[in-house]
Amino acid sequence: MFSRAYRTAITVPPLAWVAVFLLVPYLLMFCYSFWSVSESQAIVHFWNLDNYHELLTKPVYWETLLRSMWIAARVMFFSMLLGYPLAYFLSFHAGGRKDLYYQLVIIPLWVSYLVRAYAWKTILGTDGVLNTLLQYVHLTKHPLDFLLYSPFAVVLTLTHIYTPFTFLPIYASLEHIPRNLVEASHDLGATPAQTFWRVIFPLSIPGVLAGATFAFVLSLGDFLAPLLLGGPSGIMISNIVVSLFGAAYNWPLGAAISLCMLALVLGLIFFSERLEKKWSFS
Amino acid sequence: MATTSEPAVATSRQPSSAPLLSIRSVAKHFGKNIVLRDISLEIAEGEFLTILGESGSGKTTLLRILAGFEQSTSGEVWMSGERLDTEPPYRRRVNTVFQSYALFPHMTVEQNVGYGLAIARRPAAEIQSRVAEALEKVKMSAYAKSKPSKISGGQQQRIALARALVNRPRLLLLDEPLSALDANLRRQMQVELKALQREVGITFIFVTHDQEEAMVMSDRIALLRSGELEQVASPREIYNRPATSYTAQFIGHTNLLRADVSHGTAKSGALQWPTSLPDGATLFSLRPECIRPATAVPTSNATVRFRAKLRDQAFHGATDLLRVESDGGLILTIRTASRDLPNSQAPLEFEFDAADAIPVRATSLGSNPDFEDRP
Repeated sequence: MFSRAYRTAITVPPLAWVAVFLLVPYLLMFCYSFWSVSESQAIVHFWNLDNYHELLTKPVYWETLLRSMWIAARVMFFSMLLGYPLAYFLSFHAGGRKDLYYQLVIIPLWVSYLVRAYAWKTILGTDGVLNTLLQYVHLTKHPLDFLLYSPFAVVLTLTHIYTPFTFLPIYASLEHIPRNLVEASHDLGATPAQTFWRVIFPLSIPGVLAGATFAFVLSLGDFLAPLLLGGPSGIMISNIVVSLFGAAYNWPLGAAISLCMLALVLGLIFFSERLEKKWSFS
Repeated sequence: MATTSEPAVATSRQPSSAPLLSIRSVAKHFGKNIVLRDISLEIAEGEFLTILGESGSGKTTLLRILAGFEQSTSGEVWMSGERLDTEPPYRRRVNTVFQSYALFPHMTVEQNVGYGLAIARRPAAEIQSRVAEALEKVKMSAYAKSKPSKISGGQQQRIALARALVNRPRLLLLDEPLSALDANLRRQMQVELKALQREVGITFIFVTHDQEEAMVMSDRIALLRSGELEQVASPREIYNRPATSYTAQFIGHTNLLRADVSHGTAKSGALQWPTSLPDGATLFSLRPECIRPATAVPTSNATVRFRAKLRDQAFHGATDLLRVESDGGLILTIRTASRDLPNSQAPLEFEFDAADAIPVRATSLGSNPDFEDRP
């Protein structure tokens, strides 16, 4: 139907884009991860597994990776805890205000991520909004210093930032549930609570999985929140990668860590998509 | 359902003395829009009642009030001496077959049918045997382990029916359950559904916009027009003795004759016939099949004869539909046995029995409410 030239013209640019900006960089990273750095800070193109060996043997790397996963898991949990009820309320009980509330959830996404992270810094700091308030109402005498520069601050900030990302797929899957299924369930004698657990929740599982994956994967790779609010105890794996590619000038080790994370994330996404397919019935 | 463990239910089609369901002055407003006004209706145990009406007549809203998905604005609904409309849907012994079936997509056919019993915490063995029995009843046993998405619309319809009946409700509500099926399957299901209803003896309230379907299946038809009950009667009575012009036109075809009655004679154009009605303007309904080509000798003195020119003839298989213009310019539709008529401009002679001209109250056809013409 379309000429060969036309088909070439529309398929080549996107393919070229993916190749140049995705495949080539990954390929380069893959190569770097098997190279090493000499005493004189030069990249030696000598193929070896030293970087991967270092990753597994030096606790700082895998401990940080585990801590990052632990932070990501908590962000996933809390953003689920906030996002699901929010999505459920909007989808089933917001009535005519549904669109308004939906916009209110989405609007924060238009604000720069950096601004939102900084906002938490202003709120949680020793002279911050929260501490000033606590002292003003005489709940504490001295400012609480565990609020900022801690894993707590990182989890709080990332939860705030990624809750809309868990909300969206859950909301979409709830909106997809035909309302007559809910009526049929009530009609067959199920109370609203029974209807939720037997009909609504099972049918929203694809959205839950997608939302959980978003929150976990996005938090796992985050480096700004730990940089701004994490302090020494809130360092995440991406901060190490950043320093390896920067001040430490060890691109090969940075590339090895990045590839490990890539493998981890791809594995998660693959797994979650398999589960989502299993739970969708359209 | 074989009701071995349940008390015997009335299988008789005759209404028993106390009604099962009593709808008392129910009205429903959506904001300023009045969807139902002052509906009162009693339904007997074991009855097959059809709520018939055009789209927008309020028939589905009435059904949803009975199921509990909508709250009536005023009025009450009682079932076997207990108030029904104040109970939430999950506490009513009423089950619904939805228009789009509403099967749970994440459950197998078997789990769908057993849902109500599982919710009621029946023992597993009982659930299993009752589900198997219900599936057998609707001839779907072979599909017990299938997911709803893997079976056809007609099969889904049977599962929806089994899922409702397995709970042995006092009352089954059916919201246009056959409207998504193709014509042949639909006719087959009409017969099966009616047979099933007689077998299980459960009271059915069936909503449809299809007057033919209503006539084939029902013990009684409740015709709704713009949120009000136009007429409630058996199919034969509603067809043969329509109370209003709307009923006469909506159920089957009819000729509406505007007549002036004076001194025991009704006159409409060139036609006139004896009547016992008081003097004044009256509307009569005359079914097309009540008019026939005139025979040699009038069968009685109440036979009305008239001459008319053939305007149009349409072949409908067993019958022909004729459009004729009588001497006075009155256009009439006539249904006769199929045959060839002389294709000439010469007027033909037709006749009908005066008793077949049924006086009707004038109500408008269409969903526009026109309340001035009602007494």
